[in-house]
Amino acid sequence: MRKSIIFSLTLLAMLGMPALAAAQDGIDTGDNAWILTSSALVLLMTGPGLALFYGGLVRKKNILGTMMQSFAMMALMTMLWALYGYSLSFAGGNAFIGGLDHLFLAGVGTEPNGTIPHLTFMVFQLMFAIITPALITGAFAERMKFSAMLVFMALWATVVYFPMVHMVWGGGFLSGDGVIPTLDFAGGTVVHISSGVSALVVAMYLGKRKGYPSETMRPHNLALAFIGACLLWVGWFGFNAGSALAADGLAAAAFVNTHFAASAAVVGWLVVEWLRDGKPSILGGITGAVAGLVAVTPASGFVGPMDSIIIGLVAGMVCYYFVAVLKAKLGYDDSLDAFGVHGIGGTVGALLTGVFAREAVGGAPGLLESNAMQFVNNGLGALLTWALAAVATIIILKIVDAIIGVRVSDTDEITGLDLTQHGEEAYQL
Amino acid sequence: MKKIEAVIQPFKLDDVREALKGIGIDGMTIYDVRGHGRQKGHKEVYRGQEYEVDLLPKVKLEAIVPNDRVDETVNAIVESARTGKIGDGKVFISDVGTAIRIRNSERDDEAL
Repeated sequence: MRKSIIFSLTLLAMLGMPALAAAQDGIDTGDNAWILTSSALVLLMTGPGLALFYGGLVRKKNILGTMMQSFAMMALMTMLWALYGYSLSFAGGNAFIGGLDHLFLAGVGTEPNGTIPHLTFMVFQLMFAIITPALITGAFAERMKFSAMLVFMALWATVVYFPMVHMVWGGGFLSGDGVIPTLDFAGGTVVHISSGVSALVVAMYLGKRKGYPSETMRPHNLALAFIGACLLWVGWFGFNAGSALAADGLAAAAFVNTHFAASAAVVGWLVVEWLRDGKPSILGGITGAVAGLVAVTPASGFVGPMDSIIIGLVAGMVCYYFVAVLKAKLGYDDSLDAFGVHGIGGTVGALLTGVFAREAVGGAPGLLESNAMQFVNNGLGALLTWALAAVATIIILKIVDAIIGVRVSDTDEITGLDLTQHGEEAYQL
Repeated sequence: MKKIEAVIQPFKLDDVREALKGIGIDGMTIYDVRGHGRQKGHKEVYRGQEYEVDLLPKVKLEAIVPNDRVDETVNAIVESARTGKIGDGKVFISDVGTAIRIRNSERDDEAL
């Protein structure tokens, strides 16, 4: 009796196997493995990558508060993405925003989306929704209320980020079939311009930190910032090469481009810094690397390796100029240079993608292959992103400020965010 | 009894301790301190923003010695801590009223 049950179960299992294989039809296990790996790499960029990078750059009374701002995005954005964010980004919809078909992840399962399970695509894109708002936190570091930050970020994701994703990647008017097809492989406009420009607006709205710039506000632990930046570099392979959505030649191209641009930007930044300030610094090197990674993000799947080196060099030098020279003249306090690196680096990248795009790499020619329209379109895409990010951020700030106030009190700011916002201290000395 | 306070270059601490050991001075207290005298600080540049850093790391060594040992102690410190460059530090000497060993309540010179 028992034997026969086992026999029937085995038979059922054998009969079931072809059915199972049929359900997986269209899914490439290699692609799936790479995109799941990439998803983990992109999460690594926020925590610990960005948290350490930003945390090391603030004063020691604010390291936990700064890290918590990045970490909180891992929780908050995941909730929003699962409930409605993914739907507003990728479910049908119109030219500006997605529909409600995937509300609560309805219809998002193991069925293929391209050559990977829909769930894999969804979770890969989620990791971008986590790091993008986390990037903004660098601009308002050391002076924003944690509560206000959470509300601001929830509104910002809803009004700026989800629509941006839809417009560029989800079938909106900036995507390949749209009115203004903008080439943005992995998020030059969607991630870096949107977060960088919003960062500038928040920094200006909140005003300078108390004592800036007359008081010393040196980074309290550059070794932590160094580890964070290097983790960002590694994670960026998932960000850009993963955006191929397959483990193919395009992914390899994006991987190489990413690495080349980062290295070239280190060279670009350090050369200028060495000449102007007298010494090549660790902080300069890692900031240059991030600037190069930002700039190559939109280009990574469209340009050749030598183009990436040029993009990196330009980004390193231009971002140095913005951060080290122009910021002091303009007088705003973008504490950790979220705008100078991501806003400016992203804009440089968006424009240069329009210049260097090669048909042989990503199927779209740019200015150098006599397609000036692509340069124009990328410029327009960048401009529209600037406009949406700036206007929406001001409105959201006004609302949040009216309801709960965005800036911590003077005494809380002097005491530090760690103690006043979270009741903890990082260093017991 | 006198208290001898010497502010010295941190990298000279081992030399000074050796010298004091050599003349039989075993008790001392060491502090990590920051400060400056005539020595100028240095400039640090972070993303193009310059900061003057004029509080430099130093080590402060404190020893209480009987009156008849003050001169040789000070000589040992000064000779061993000297590099001849600006920033070598200073030595201060002051009176100490009473010393008590906690373990057995010995007082003054006995307690040193």
